[in-house]
Amino acid sequence: MAENTPLVEMRNIYKSFGGVHAVEDVTIDLFAGEVVGLVGHNGAGKSTLIKMLSGAYTADSGKIFIDGREVTINNPRDARKYGIETIYQTLALADNLDAPANIFLGRELMRSGYLLNDDAMEAASREVLDRLRLNLPSVKEKVVNLSGGQRQAVAIGRAIYFNAKILIMDEPTAALGPEETAQVGELIHQLKKEGLGIFLISHDLHDVFDLSDRVSVLKNGALVGTVHTADVTKDDVLAMIIAGKLPEVATTPKSAQA
Amino acid sequence: MRILRLLTGAWSWLFLLFILIFFEVWSHVTYGRTFFGNIFNAQSILLAATQILMMALGLTFIIISAGIDLSIGFIAGLSAVTMAVVIRALDPHLAPGWSFLAGISAAVLISLIPGFINGWMIAKLKVPSFIGTLGMFGIARGAAFLIADGATVSIRNPVAREFGNGRVIFDLVPIPVLIAIIVTLTFHYLLSSTKFGLYVYAMGGNYASAVRAGVNTTRLTIIIFMISAFTASLMGLFYTGRFSAGAGDAGEPILLNAVAAVFIGGASLTGGSGTIIGTVIGSLIIAVIQFGLVFINVPPFWQFVAVGLVIIIAVLIDQSRDRLTGMSGQEEGA
Repeated sequence: MAENTPLVEMRNIYKSFGGVHAVEDVTIDLFAGEVVGLVGHNGAGKSTLIKMLSGAYTADSGKIFIDGREVTINNPRDARKYGIETIYQTLALADNLDAPANIFLGRELMRSGYLLNDDAMEAASREVLDRLRLNLPSVKEKVVNLSGGQRQAVAIGRAIYFNAKILIMDEPTAALGPEETAQVGELIHQLKKEGLGIFLISHDLHDVFDLSDRVSVLKNGALVGTVHTADVTKDDVLAMIIAGKLPEVATTPKSAQA
Repeated sequence: MRILRLLTGAWSWLFLLFILIFFEVWSHVTYGRTFFGNIFNAQSILLAATQILMMALGLTFIIISAGIDLSIGFIAGLSAVTMAVVIRALDPHLAPGWSFLAGISAAVLISLIPGFINGWMIAKLKVPSFIGTLGMFGIARGAAFLIADGATVSIRNPVAREFGNGRVIFDLVPIPVLIAIIVTLTFHYLLSSTKFGLYVYAMGGNYASAVRAGVNTTRLTIIIFMISAFTASLMGLFYTGRFSAGAGDAGEPILLNAVAAVFIGGASLTGGSGTIIGTVIGSLIIAVIQFGLVFINVPPFWQFVAVGLVIIIAVLIDQSRDRLTGMSGQEEGA
């Protein structure tokens, strides 16, 4: 039974801004160890929807369940309390600092009183980056000198060290080269094995199709449908994004089936 | 590549060493005597470096945070004048030690006010630091001359004179230099080993990520501008002690040298890098150039040219290092 309880369920979510319906009656879910891609054109409502999960916005109506329990998320602090962390492509890291400083920024380990415990933070960072299969020659390297994939890992390391269970990754592979995109793929694979649930947001289907187990497509603020990537082709999903047309095999959210 | 990176990282040390050797050799060849072996010369250079360093120390925090503080020259003047005026007023009534204590306390406290206002303007009102502190530059200047009634305020206080001119430790180390060493070590520790210091780097490196990580950037900004005002006020105290007189423009000629010292020490205008040790080296380089050129009989105005050239070279080296390695000089010398 527990396996059928989604990690996250957003049910019948509505949100409008001054009469414009940004999100209308959208229901999506996410299971532990699963990656769900949220795709759609710019302005399709995917960012608005996910910001209600990360606490940046609050929903006009609808319910959010975490581990089957209904919760209210009014601000980012609430979201963090439920283990929800957002990984931003930009803005997340202080380039001039090393990985431990970035991972612990704002939540430093102290030796006693006013002294930073650099050794402990370095060791903990090494451990958490090892979990992500990231081998840095030196964790003391400033993150500006790291590759895009490695920087992504540092940002994720920051989230999982503090026990995130649900990751929201906003355009994680935008502006990355093929090799770095592969690195991010590896990372996501590793996170799935650890039982985290991941929402991938992108306006570019090619970025997320291979990484996602399921894809939820939004158009004009409404959910077109959710499909298993194994059952459909990229073209099917493109048709959903562009025409709002559902392929034959489209599935409803898993929880609704159960 | 590795060696190049090391060299560009340590260039300010090497440059200091180079000019020391240069002036020493020149002195031997031309005059047949030592330059730095002479205790008086060494002390004078250290005193000059101390003046620059006191202003540059607090400024290092500001520049790392990606700001600038132009008001410190006249905050130093305000401090010098306040100390002199208070001592002059109290000397007839109190023992010299007490009026001295009252004078330096009043000077430091008064100086913290513009520091606080600077930080508050920049953090709360979002005034760019260049503009905000330029405004404070004018205000502190006016206040300093108003307090002194436009004149130099002379005092006759033996404790103040000893404070500015005394020597300790086998009669070798000038008291201002000793105080500067203690203050410098304290701020070095604060910047390199505490949460506070880390946040200054984080704020300068990426303001948005610092805010997102929960850093109280408003409080941090106010504190670093108060630190900047504090170290500038010490420069003012040393001035009044040394000359037994306070002047409103005591710190003004030092301002640009202090800015130069911070950049020569490896800080970047875009923030996020710089160290206290680097700033110490930068201050020493400027002081050695100034004294060395006078010593080898170059007309004094060449000092300005030489210091100007060093600043430009420093920035060029810093940029080439960025290009070479993507590094900027945060942990240089730390």
